[in-house]
Amino acid sequence: MKVALFIPCYVDQLHPAVGLATARVLERMGCEVVFPEDQTCCGQPMANAGFAEDAAPLARRFLKVFHGHEAVVCPSGSCTSMVRNHYRGLVGDDPRYPALRAATYELCEFLVDVLRVGRVRGRYPRRVGLHQSCHGLRELRLGSGTERPVAAFDKVALLLRSLDGLELVSLSRPDECCGFGGTFAVAEEAVSCLMGRDRIADHLRAGAEEVTGTDVSCLMHLEGLARRAGTRLVFRHVAEILAEAMG
Amino acid sequence: MSRGRGSAGGTTGHAERAAAFVADEDRAHWHDGALWVVRRKRDLMAAELPEWEALRERAARIKAHTRARLAEYLEQFEGEATARGARVHWARDAEEHNRIVHGILAERGISLLVKSKSMLTEECHLNAWLEARGVEVVDTDLGERIVQLAGEPPSHIVLPAIHKRREEIGELFHRTLGTEAGASDPGYLTGVARRHLREKFLAARAGLTGVNFAVAETGGLVVCTNEGNADMGTSLPAVHLASMGVEKVVPRLEDLSVFVRLLARSATGQPITTYTSHFHGPRPGGELHVVIVDNGRSRLLAEPAFRDALACIRCGACMNTCPVFRRTGGHSYGFAIPGPIGAVLAPGRDPRAHLSLPFASSLCGSCDDVCPVKIPLHEELLERRRQLLAGPGGRGAKRLAMRLARFVLGSRALYEAAGRGVRLLLRHAPRRLLYSRWNRWGRQRELPAAPEKSFRQAWRDRERGRG
Repeated sequence: MKVALFIPCYVDQLHPAVGLATARVLERMGCEVVFPEDQTCCGQPMANAGFAEDAAPLARRFLKVFHGHEAVVCPSGSCTSMVRNHYRGLVGDDPRYPALRAATYELCEFLVDVLRVGRVRGRYPRRVGLHQSCHGLRELRLGSGTERPVAAFDKVALLLRSLDGLELVSLSRPDECCGFGGTFAVAEEAVSCLMGRDRIADHLRAGAEEVTGTDVSCLMHLEGLARRAGTRLVFRHVAEILAEAMG
Repeated sequence: MSRGRGSAGGTTGHAERAAAFVADEDRAHWHDGALWVVRRKRDLMAAELPEWEALRERAARIKAHTRARLAEYLEQFEGEATARGARVHWARDAEEHNRIVHGILAERGISLLVKSKSMLTEECHLNAWLEARGVEVVDTDLGERIVQLAGEPPSHIVLPAIHKRREEIGELFHRTLGTEAGASDPGYLTGVARRHLREKFLAARAGLTGVNFAVAETGGLVVCTNEGNADMGTSLPAVHLASMGVEKVVPRLEDLSVFVRLLARSATGQPITTYTSHFHGPRPGGELHVVIVDNGRSRLLAEPAFRDALACIRCGACMNTCPVFRRTGGHSYGFAIPGPIGAVLAPGRDPRAHLSLPFASSLCGSCDDVCPVKIPLHEELLERRRQLLAGPGGRGAKRLAMRLARFVLGSRALYEAAGRGVRLLLRHAPRRLLYSRWNRWGRQRELPAAPEKSFRQAWRDRERGRG
């Protein structure tokens, strides 16, 4: 299967290893991976801050860059959700949108739902805490979450648990927001940081050596707090763990 | 804090009030923990009903149906209630509501009113209105009485005094009700409050209640409490006043079987409130006055993006689950209804005063998933952001930054150049420059360690190596 990589702008510029790991995982799963170089940003920062008119040209640009691809895969739940759930009002009735919307996936969801991966062969002998990023969890439904009494599922944990040696620690609040929230991280700095420190404390209490998740943005916020506090915790995107484990 | 008043949006809004609350980290954690317990109790209760999600869906549909025929159902309710001997009054806004209530009391020479929980009267600032006209108002819900004695507004719609520790309540009761100094045993304090309130119940000639549900087909009112104070306040005094927003009407008695099951489970994690009292007309020899209030609700109904918010049954579940509310307290919102639903409703009342509220959310979406009537709260918060920024109050500096970002991100060359610039800055700028006062990210957090090459550069290298 041919896959177009959708690499969020901040991953492209600040966390290239996550983009490379995503490509490696997909290739190891037998996909042919391309990177459309004209991509920049999906427009989420503007849209979430309330500036729809500034997000719209970026949404249209995204459509132009990615339309026609069989599958568009992104190592971020919130950027994927931006395209899937928040583009309608920005691109109107552009005829290219419905197909692109249906072809755009977050990495783990692509592995589980499209490639039907139930088990990843590889070894990762660490105690890992999974941070559920909100938009992946509640807008893409990568997992069932704790609010709704529905049959439990978790596409990210499913992949991680399948690795030999990896122990997922159990958190007291398995899906509480870390407080990143885009511009919220700066606009409500005090609350944002307290939320983040509370998440870190939960992972530490649970005995995690590493914290992983589907979104580098949340991990960047948590890592920033942990590094300032001198906390010994490693933060890695789920793609990095999968890629390393698969060798 | 001024009652129900928010300071102007922009630079002195929720963020500043929240920072003040969070500054006492122990207190913020204690508040967070207390409400998290309520959220967990709600989860357990929801999980006990296999049909929970279906109930939510049903409730949302009943509310949508009722909203579409609101005038019809309200008039039907008026007809049925009147036939059962109630007097129905209509109030366009808060002032008209307050005038009607005061008029009823003044005509009968009543100067003491006992009141059970009613967020509508908070919204209308009824207490201040009546007190200014010589009527003593006594809130009889224990939490409401606590905040009333403290001269504060409620900080939560179901748990009005959740922000107060029991030692603080002991101190307050010592000052106002003469309890022993230093006493903070909840049983003792509640006992004193009960005796104090009992005197008021016995002395009052009028009692006011809120309304949880008004049934159009029967003309009946339903009031849900845990303390029985609404029942005391309506069975001792002869005059019962009931204040309700127009959105409280449901079509049929059987609709209650959906809402009553959802309400207490969502609110406090109880299967049902201790008292679910039905009122059909006045009691023998008494009077029942129902005041139906619009106060901006029909304006909300006219806004397709926000009309779902009218379905709110005031359970408070969105507050208990909100990671921001739990850590910042209800007073940080500066509006009678705090939390996610308040942040959706408040700007509809006064966009300038409540400009900051839709931004007081990380948009985590947990509120959507606990809401018993499925209000898409985080979507509506996002929509409020759009609406506020499109208006004249839109913030200048932020707008300029967004314009610039849009321009840069609209071009691959500019984007790549800007990215290179940011990485160079992060890698080589002196720390004191990077972490100067303007860097709010960096007050408590490190900036990410920037790589030399972007992903796209590394990708090109990789492809070249392969080629």
